[in-house]
Amino acid sequence: MKSADPEFTTISGVPVEPLYGPGDFPIPPPGDFPYTRGIHRDMYRGKLWTMRQFSGFATPEETNLRYHYLLAQGQTGLSVAFDLPTLMGYDADHALSEGEVGKCGAPVSSLEDMEILFRGIPLGEVSVSMTINSPASVLWAMYLAVAQQQGVPWAHLSGTLQNDILKEYIAQKEYIYPPRASMRLVTDTIEFGALHTPKFNPVSVSGYHIREAGSTAVQELAFTLRDGIEYVDWALQRGLDIDEFAPRLSFFFNAHSDFFEEIAKYRAARKIWAHVCRERYGAKSERSLKLRFHAQTAGCSLTWQQPYNNVVRTALQAMAAVLGGAQSLHTNSLDEAYALPGEHAVTIALRTQQVLAFESGVAAAPDPFGGSYFLEHLTLSTEAAANRYIRQIDEMGGMIAAIEAGFPQTEIASASYRYQREIESGQRTIVGVNRFQSGVSQSDAQPIELLRIGEAATRRQTAKLAALRARRDNGNVQKTLSALRRAAEGADNTMPPLLDAVRAYATLGEICDALRAVFGTYQETPHI
Amino acid sequence: MAKPGLDGHDRGAKVIARALRDAGMEVIYTGLRQTPEMIVNAALQEDVQVIGLSILSGAHNAIVPRVLELLREKEMTDVMLIVGGIVPDEDAAALKRQGVAAVFQPGASLEAIVAFIKGAVPVA
Repeated sequence: MKSADPEFTTISGVPVEPLYGPGDFPIPPPGDFPYTRGIHRDMYRGKLWTMRQFSGFATPEETNLRYHYLLAQGQTGLSVAFDLPTLMGYDADHALSEGEVGKCGAPVSSLEDMEILFRGIPLGEVSVSMTINSPASVLWAMYLAVAQQQGVPWAHLSGTLQNDILKEYIAQKEYIYPPRASMRLVTDTIEFGALHTPKFNPVSVSGYHIREAGSTAVQELAFTLRDGIEYVDWALQRGLDIDEFAPRLSFFFNAHSDFFEEIAKYRAARKIWAHVCRERYGAKSERSLKLRFHAQTAGCSLTWQQPYNNVVRTALQAMAAVLGGAQSLHTNSLDEAYALPGEHAVTIALRTQQVLAFESGVAAAPDPFGGSYFLEHLTLSTEAAANRYIRQIDEMGGMIAAIEAGFPQTEIASASYRYQREIESGQRTIVGVNRFQSGVSQSDAQPIELLRIGEAATRRQTAKLAALRARRDNGNVQKTLSALRRAAEGADNTMPPLLDAVRAYATLGEICDALRAVFGTYQETPHI
Repeated sequence: MAKPGLDGHDRGAKVIARALRDAGMEVIYTGLRQTPEMIVNAALQEDVQVIGLSILSGAHNAIVPRVLELLREKEMTDVMLIVGGIVPDEDAAALKRQGVAAVFQPGASLEAIVAFIKGAVPVA
């Protein structure tokens, strides 16, 4: 490369060459640091991404049937959706659970429900992802107990726990306890996992929800990676070595509508994280440097109007995720704006991934868009913008400090309002919504066969809980809850007492209440 | 603007609250995880003319009738109740028969919501 004539620079003093071409973007191949082009040399030629549809509704029994159905239809991993009471650490018969049981996911109030959820599913052979945050360690303990019942050694278990509490304060808002107590619980799982579950990802550092709350792609990327940095710092403080746990930190990104921006985002993510782990943390193991991620197509982009258009949106978004090198993928169903996925709709969503994998040819070459002038430019600019945010949050004192100051929340609220204004003014087109409204009743109509979840789930779960409380050894339950409280008050890892409690059939609500008594609960200051 | 029940999805509620403020209305946002009792009490204390409920969790058939019942009990039936969120057509029709003034489903424009409120509620 010839040296630039000193007379030609940008305003900031960056020298400008007479001509830029392919040789100016030397990018290491996939599998080579910093993994911009992918974490493996062969990517999908070696192993396809996992087709993992997020799923759960009504009762553990009905959810189990849906899991068997999806596996039979060719999905290659499970992903558990829990209902709001479970996500918030309430049993199905709690006063606040009224009307909510089974509506957004599967209710799991005790180990009994977890046993039903995985009936007939060999946990040693099927990897399981669980979307659970505040009570993540409790549900993980239940899952580990079921694995033990099945005779599967914990060292064989493959899967992921979302367990990313920072993004709850930022975006998804399913928090229970205050930030520092929650971070202690997350660190307990990272420490426990490093010792006992070497093939399981104890955390899925997530940007999906940040994006769904209305952030830009850059904010999604920056806040996610900075959350990752916060988890690393806490684990190091605990005394773990970076290479002991970093290989099992996983990530979860949105696959939104702007095709090339999304591919650039994933490439920038790998590049930034590799540099962070090597330079900021001195990681020695290559596995610590390789960012692995699950992607989900953007729920917030799917429309109520002309719902069949959503099949197209999901297909394009899924393709961006695949071209961006995702390790695992969920595709949304066309009825996203109406209800949880109906059986017909979720089948189309799964077929979308299968058509992509087996008919489109895009899995044949790793990072096939690498070298595109547009994409390489976007990758660099996304990386630079994300790094600016990361530095800004560093200067604020870290992500917890930034959350307490309302910084990421305010950025997201502003981006979300700006986006809505663009739609209102017509500057941004949403097909079928603010342009191309067809007025043809068949294409406008709400999808038939919508999944309807009534109150039978509540009655079933409530009856089960009453029977459970009557037949279990309640003295033993109280003993385990006391031991858990003592561990929570001290510095011991909470996973062993959690395992004891779940095996005694203490309920989720009882366990979370024991922790609420120790840690207190969190109230946010809303930022509009 | 209230978020009843356990649902934590507040993007819509916050965007609409801001749009209503931009349109000159006084808006109180209750924050998350409010019970019907908390919402009606806040509405009474703040002497609001409109209550907006944002519900994306599917729990609307349990929550909304309870809010309507409380408004009747406290003789606040001049307060207009509107609902926004994931509410299927059949449920929306049923809620309107019970006294909800409007149900805004996904894709509803800020303009339409502002216009509806301005048209239905006299300037205080």
